[in-house]
Amino acid sequence: MSRDTDRRAFLKASVLIPSAAALGSSAALGQPGPPADDAARSAPAPAFPADDHYQPAFFTPAEWAFVRAACARLIPTDANGPGALEAGVPQFIDRQMGTPYGDAANWYMSGPFHEGAAEFGYQSALTPKQQYRLGIRAIDAWCAKTLNKAFADLMAAQQDDVLKKAEVGQIHADDVSLKTFFTSFLLKNVMEGFFGDPMYGGNRDMAGWKLIGHPGSRGDFAEFVDRPQRYAYGPVDLYGRRG
Amino acid sequence: MAARNRPVDVVIVGFGWTGAIMAIELAKAGISVLALERGADQDTVPDWAYPKVLDEVAQSARNGLLQNLSKTTVTLRHDKADLALPYRQIGSFKPGTGVGGAGIHWSGVHSRATPEELRLKSHVTQRYGAKFIPEGMQVQDWGVSYDELEPHFDRFEQVCGTSGKAGNLQGVKQAEGNPFEGPRSREYPLPPLKDPPTSVIFAKAARELGFHPFSLPASNASRPYRNPYGCDLGPCNFCGFCSDYGCINYSKASPQTTILPALKAMPNFSYRTHAHVLRINTSADGKTATGVTYVDAQGREVEQPASLVILAAFHLHNVRLMLSSKIGKPYDPETGEGVIGRNFCYQLISSVNTFFDSQTYINQFMGAGGVGQAIEDFNADNFDHGPLGFIGGGVMWGRQTGNGPVRGIPLPEGAPKWGSGWKQAVKDNYLHTGRIEAQMSNMAYRGAFLDLDPTYRDAYGEPLLRMTLDWQDNDLRMSEFFNEKLKATARTMGATSFSGRMLKRGDHWDTRAYQSTHINGGTSMGTDPRTSAVNKYLQSWDVPNLFVLGANVFAHGIGANPTGTVGALAYWAAANIRSTYLRDPGPMVRA
Repeated sequence: MSRDTDRRAFLKASVLIPSAAALGSSAALGQPGPPADDAARSAPAPAFPADDHYQPAFFTPAEWAFVRAACARLIPTDANGPGALEAGVPQFIDRQMGTPYGDAANWYMSGPFHEGAAEFGYQSALTPKQQYRLGIRAIDAWCAKTLNKAFADLMAAQQDDVLKKAEVGQIHADDVSLKTFFTSFLLKNVMEGFFGDPMYGGNRDMAGWKLIGHPGSRGDFAEFVDRPQRYAYGPVDLYGRRG
Repeated sequence: MAARNRPVDVVIVGFGWTGAIMAIELAKAGISVLALERGADQDTVPDWAYPKVLDEVAQSARNGLLQNLSKTTVTLRHDKADLALPYRQIGSFKPGTGVGGAGIHWSGVHSRATPEELRLKSHVTQRYGAKFIPEGMQVQDWGVSYDELEPHFDRFEQVCGTSGKAGNLQGVKQAEGNPFEGPRSREYPLPPLKDPPTSVIFAKAARELGFHPFSLPASNASRPYRNPYGCDLGPCNFCGFCSDYGCINYSKASPQTTILPALKAMPNFSYRTHAHVLRINTSADGKTATGVTYVDAQGREVEQPASLVILAAFHLHNVRLMLSSKIGKPYDPETGEGVIGRNFCYQLISSVNTFFDSQTYINQFMGAGGVGQAIEDFNADNFDHGPLGFIGGGVMWGRQTGNGPVRGIPLPEGAPKWGSGWKQAVKDNYLHTGRIEAQMSNMAYRGAFLDLDPTYRDAYGEPLLRMTLDWQDNDLRMSEFFNEKLKATARTMGATSFSGRMLKRGDHWDTRAYQSTHINGGTSMGTDPRTSAVNKYLQSWDVPNLFVLGANVFAHGIGANPTGTVGALAYWAAANIRSTYLRDPGPMVRA
């Protein structure tokens, strides 16, 4: 599948699905068809949504396939609009690996390292970059051994099952805690990317903010704070674009 | 060989709230004042200009304004028999860095300690008898009275442009204010902020339950304001980016918005950034501070001589500098002797998310750090502890501090954490969720203390401060008492469901999840050098030309937020240094 095809699929996903939901009627799209909710529900998830020609700087092709596939399951495209893949979250995560965060630059990373009670938090020597490298390798190795395929090549339901197993600590690896990788890195970063400002590469078209009614960086509610009603305006991002 | 700077009259370690207060008050006396700040310089423009700072990834997820833990951190354990582990990532508490310190990213809740808390041991003994204090609890009187501090509480509120409504003006109770507060000499400088939905619903429920809600005092300006230093604040617009963020609007009181414009104009004041103080230097007999040694931006050690040394860094750095400079006797939990590290306390927070139906708009993205309705019916000794059998109390509130989705979207119990079910849940709940909390005092105990870690070191080769702390039976029984109040309030508020973290017996201090930066104690103030590190004027008992500021001088935990008391104590110390110490340097209290 070429990236141009990806691009077209993305445009289709980002324009048609939210419009149908927002306008409340498929007639508004100029097409006859079922009522909006049904249209949204029956809209097929784009097969290969685009990442805008983005080339990962940190992830290898195999890792990139994992990250994209995992994003598509953690926040799927569905009746409620675009998911993490369409919103560019893989790009967010890849770009974050190139920031000081990727190397845990602001964490205390001197030894000795000991496991402690959960209340004492992260006690591993692994940086976020290393978590992804080892975590993805371990999950893909488990999938290859158990299901004869890489994670990205599994059916969606199988992928969900693998992610659930990682989440509750049912997949073990020698060199990384997959429970920690899943909860404290993969899922955490996916949420950051989906809801963080679009300038970081995720939350494309402010999809995350539109989903929940968050106004982004409008930052002025003096006239609204004492009114218990729906806020009247859409989101604005840090570049001043309106969503 | 360390380079040696020209001597100054006063060197101040740390340039946050207390450093700025002390700097301007002492500079007004005409002496030379130098502040040393380990972090960078920063100001509203350009650092917190709109829209740049309204960035949840940079500020909340990546802790843009907080201490870089790779340089220095602390180690943590629950009990002195345990191995302490490093605080590797920001979690339970959030030390700041840079000019303004934690005064930049705080929320703005601006309360006072109660009169009873400042003399808790005497008060409890009088009302309930000495036997009421459980074995191992080390409550004590602070040595300073509420009446002595009142002009300084007032001063700090006037500087901050605090928004609120008095509940007790010179002994006369005022409608709609906090009826339990100590007497105030005058009204707050600004009226209360507008109430967001969470606060309106909380206050209504609290009234129905017979409690006495009032507008939580907030150093988020409700109107344009010019403070006594001539610094201007603009009205808060409830942008929802307070805690973790610098203020876009000159509305949240910070050293930058309320003190530094006036201070920087004074010719006898100067400050240096990227100056990380390693130790306080003392004379051969250990009884006089001769200045400090710091590491500069290029990594060189520099000696700064001074006649007067003020420790004004954040809590944990002040305590560590006392320990690493070997000033005062370190606390020994085995014998109960020694004072540096003694009575280390925190606070407890039980937090309940309240979920409402789709017609009830809370709009949690709007708000201000300090805005809210609160009750102090169960703070301090405002209620009869006799039948309850615990000491301490707390504040309950329905605040709306402003929350965005990167900071975490609370969901009802049982909601999925990812997938389409999660997506539906965040869509359904984000605009309809509020939060109520109980913030409770943590008493001082023989086994909760600070010392130097034997294993872990910081980027400068110095041992890390080691925290030994856990919740004790007294505090957890108090929390269980509050949990019932929280549940009753959530039900009365009409929440369709509620869930959260409510501390109960068997729970331990969880250092992962943020609760507050209200750690305190460790260099207690007091009347007895055997149980306190500094006297009532915050002067070191051992080194009279050293004064120690910050919440580390609290004798034990309090129910309210600490900043109002920390600022008042800094003004109190400054006033007494000017009126007494500068005229006659030496011990201000004879031990």
